[in-house]
Amino acid sequence: MSQELVLGIYVFIMAIFVGFEVISRVPSVLHTPLMSGTNAIHGIVVLGAFLVAGSADTPLLHTLGFIAVVFGAANVFGGFVVTDRMLEMFKKREIPQGEKKDA
Amino acid sequence: MLDVRGSVIASSYIVAAILFIFGLKQLSSPSTARSGNRLAAIGMTIALSATLLDRQIVSFWTIAIGTLIGAAIGVYFARTVQMTAMPQMVALFNGMGGATAALVSVAEFLRLTRAGERIGLGEGTSIVLGTAIGAISFTGSIVAFGKLQEILPGKPLQFPLQRVVNALILLALFILGVMVVTQGGSTTLWTVFAAALVLGAMFVLPIGGGDMPVVISILNSLTGLAAALTGFVLHNQMLVVAGVLVGASGTLLTLLMSTAMNRSVANVLFGAFGATSNETGAAASAVGHTVRQTTPEDTAIALAYARSVVIVPGYGLAVAEAQHTVRELATDLENRGVNVKYAIHPVAGRMPGHMNVLLAEANVPYDQLLEMDQVNGQFPQTDVVLVVGANDVVNPAARDDPSSPIYGMPILDVDRARNIIVLKRSMGHGFAGIDNALFYHEKTRMLFGDARQSLTQIGQALKSA
Repeated sequence: MSQELVLGIYVFIMAIFVGFEVISRVPSVLHTPLMSGTNAIHGIVVLGAFLVAGSADTPLLHTLGFIAVVFGAANVFGGFVVTDRMLEMFKKREIPQGEKKDA
Repeated sequence: MLDVRGSVIASSYIVAAILFIFGLKQLSSPSTARSGNRLAAIGMTIALSATLLDRQIVSFWTIAIGTLIGAAIGVYFARTVQMTAMPQMVALFNGMGGATAALVSVAEFLRLTRAGERIGLGEGTSIVLGTAIGAISFTGSIVAFGKLQEILPGKPLQFPLQRVVNALILLALFILGVMVVTQGGSTTLWTVFAAALVLGAMFVLPIGGGDMPVVISILNSLTGLAAALTGFVLHNQMLVVAGVLVGASGTLLTLLMSTAMNRSVANVLFGAFGATSNETGAAASAVGHTVRQTTPEDTAIALAYARSVVIVPGYGLAVAEAQHTVRELATDLENRGVNVKYAIHPVAGRMPGHMNVLLAEANVPYDQLLEMDQVNGQFPQTDVVLVVGANDVVNPAARDDPSSPIYGMPILDVDRARNIIVLKRSMGHGFAGIDNALFYHEKTRMLFGDARQSLTQIGQALKSA
């Protein structure tokens, strides 16, 4: 096994623990937005598509890279925007409450 | 040692990883969730911009045009989709991420093979797993999208020997995978890709629409895992960290969701829930009992003279986009001095939190939303419960009938209220595909029709009541 692979496995294991710890207590109201938010984050895979598309040297690799970039970008942009729209809804209801208190 | 470019990329990745972790942390608390999502988006921007500095990238056109098109598609759908269709939107974007991971793995394999480089055991395994998991996540998500969008039937689709066929495909995948790792061969890898595409669809088709939230959550963490595997293929730690973060937090989220539905994940995946009709309990109670219908006028009167009303929203409310109408009706009732609350079941609708999102959109005050534990004790003192398009989450069989497939799922005890009025499109089954004894209860009155139309008619009748 290469040194790099071993290091990668360490990172893999550490990230599992961080992933579990960081969201251990979530109110059920936030389950859907959280799923949507993590969905956007795994759009990071478009980074891999960048590397593949940017170094492609055959028509087939260009095509595969291009499709991968399109799909990955849709995942990232769509994911973050949809999550923001969901969470905007939560924010909205605090404003009328605040107005009520003022009145 | 890293050169200047390498150092800039590496430190940007570290900053991005930290932003992702804080973003996730903030996403799990209501007051900070929105800024959490933005932190993660900033992290993403930093990571993607830094990647463009990578020397491996020599041509930017494919990236620029591809990103523009992808971003346009993503933003267009994300902006224009109805709030009611959010769940299937998440499924669709998730599928695209899965496809990306699979394509990246295949493309990198083809590049390495062409360049005549030796593919190590670790890389080879990551390529095969990344391809297979990404492809499964892609078609699985597309089927989940189709079920929620009602392009495909929500009921479980089964055929003989389904499990045997699935097991054989899985076995074939394994053998082909070992062949790719040991002998290479791009045709073999393409076969892995194709077999995984078939398996993804076959795996989700037999699962009932009611379980789609859990399925999407599983597929979401699978895509995270596939992204992490491409990190091993491309020797990119950013992909490993972000992918695993999603894989792990997605797994935890899956467990939280199935706990809320009182189902085990294995039961969701292999139970073919709702395929067999429940013939003993609920169906027996259906025989010999009649459904009592009511009119919007009678409903308006019952509501107007009640002291306390609890509204139970469900998927029917989402489908009819009746969140604003129901809020207007509730405001009219409040102006008449009726005490109105909403009872929110954690898995009402198609996703946990679905109802909260919809009602928040309609500006329903936060203090009127009661969670299941808060509201269940109040039902015996409630004059009228108005069930708007909810079914399985108010099915008393989950509490009383051990033979029911949903037995043990926590429900809203609406049958303990003094009167129950159910707004429903027809006597059709809920997403679980099982009968509901509540509809035949002597205290229950049914008002058939589209939820928004019915609510509007009740509102009009209320003005003259």
